[in-house]
Amino acid sequence: MLLAFDTASPTVTVALHDGSDVVASATATTAMKHGEQLAPLIEQVLASAGARPADLTAIAVGAGPGPFTGLRVGLVTARTMGHVLGIAVHGVCSLDALAIEAVETGAVDGDFLVATDARRKEVYLASYDGRGVRTSEPVVDRPAALATDRPVVGEGAALYPDAFPAGREPLRPDAAWLARAVAAERVALLAPEPLYLRRPDAEIPQAPKAVLSDVAPTP
Amino acid sequence: MIPDEPLVLGIETSCDETGVGIVRGHTLLADAVASSVDQHARFGGVVPEVASRAHLEAMVPTIQRACDTAGIALSDVDAIAVTHGPGLAGALLVGVASAKALALSLGKPIYGVNHLAAHVAVDQLEHGALPEPCLALLVSGGHSSLLRVTDITGTDRGVDPMGATIDDAAGEAFDKVARLLGLPFPGGPHIDRVAREGNQVAIDFPRGLTSRRDLERHRFDFSFSGLKTAVARWVEARERSGEPVPVADVAASFQEAVCDVLVRKALDAAATEGIEDLMIGGGVAANSRLRAMAEERATKLGIRVRVPRPGLCTDNGAMVAALGSTMVARGRTPSSLDLPADSSLPVTDVLAV
Ligand SMILES: [Zn+2]
Repeated sequence: MLLAFDTASPTVTVALHDGSDVVASATATTAMKHGEQLAPLIEQVLASAGARPADLTAIAVGAGPGPFTGLRVGLVTARTMGHVLGIAVHGVCSLDALAIEAVETGAVDGDFLVATDARRKEVYLASYDGRGVRTSEPVVDRPAALATDRPVVGEGAALYPDAFPAGREPLRPDAAWLARAVAAERVALLAPEPLYLRRPDAEIPQAPKAVLSDVAPTP
Repeated sequence: MIPDEPLVLGIETSCDETGVGIVRGHTLLADAVASSVDQHARFGGVVPEVASRAHLEAMVPTIQRACDTAGIALSDVDAIAVTHGPGLAGALLVGVASAKALALSLGKPIYGVNHLAAHVAVDQLEHGALPEPCLALLVSGGHSSLLRVTDITGTDRGVDPMGATIDDAAGEAFDKVARLLGLPFPGGPHIDRVAREGNQVAIDFPRGLTSRRDLERHRFDFSFSGLKTAVARWVEARERSGEPVPVADVAASFQEAVCDVLVRKALDAAATEGIEDLMIGGGVAANSRLRAMAEERATKLGIRVRVPRPGLCTDNGAMVAALGSTMVARGRTPSSLDLPADSSLPVTDVLAV
């Protein structure tokens, strides 16, 4: 059994695939709170399918790009479970799951793009062919710099309609489609490493500020 | 070691150390720590995003290393304990999520515990069961607290704050003064080393919140911000006058001022409460002068001092496992699988519901 989950968007989503189709899935009703919601949702999905952790044979996890804090919750959960259970852990670009869903639900016809919210007034974006195969590495940039009239799937288009006038659903990754995409071998399997695409914000401090006024007191 | 004592794995990721400890009862079996401190050094302090990234990379290898050292399989573990606060939110989350994944995959209970109480509980691994009541002085880069501990698992306000810093943490003052003196980050060990060559009474730096007026309102509280500024002024005045800065004397005099206030207030609190055991924990407890001064002054008052060895004073997973082990031994109800990471968790909340 394949356990799939994604935490690279504000929505935590979990699904279980038995080799022929998705047998259970759950999506958090509250946005964010990835650290609180992921483990109980996994437990719930396993229970509703009558499965135990020992029944799992592989894990697929959304590797982003997406907001870092949530992304890490998914990746560390996948890596830890994979380690305990001794099973393979596959990373999947989170935009790919959206692309497969868009193709399979008929939301797109021909080449298209996927854009998700990168915060700080930027989007993550990658391009796909009509079968949902990714044709570019994901990038992060301002919507204006990536603007296009082509069809764009994902929340990035919904947030910035001026840059992406042909936006459409689905908006956020759904683990059921992530599971199907992996089971059908329709997406590239990556190491479960986060696709950060940005360096950490950190500044090297200046020399200590002077604390004295003009006249130095006697030490 | 009693064979049926609980085997507990503890995870700590509240700052820049990825810690995984394994204990059986009060016996330490493994204390694996991966630190990202080198990645923060050039920034002069811990960068949260850098720490969080490092935790993700170090988490599983550190779990593996702890199991190898302890000679156990993960399936042998009876319970998982994890720091769920206080600390850096993003860093805490990595440990909490990993701990949940362990608990879920193994079908074992999880205990989300308070980092500060874990700093106290770790002493059990070195000196056996904690005397209750005891007074705990916790000093590190993130905290400076005086706690009255009647039940380390927190029941009935068992961990009760008597005082805390009103500005900088003690360890923070060490870092800032070290930088002022051109010593590397983290400053504590370097000040300690350099101070051995210096004269601790060379410069009379101020003791924060010790004046009669301050004692009325802040008898057991600390303040290190004024001390830090006083050191900065003194050093700058020296530099302006063209004289060399006597680094060892400044370090020794600064360290003496910090330790004097910490020990004085801790012993005053113990005496006031009629408590005969003082426990000192946290990264600054590794300071050799603090240990020596506390021993010397406490003995005169008939107060026993317990300080874990330096490796257990800094942040680690063993301290979390030690507290988790006490939770199991005392039959406390495990935490729920939806337990949050709480960056500002109050010290009185020892166990997550
Ligand atoms: Zn600490």
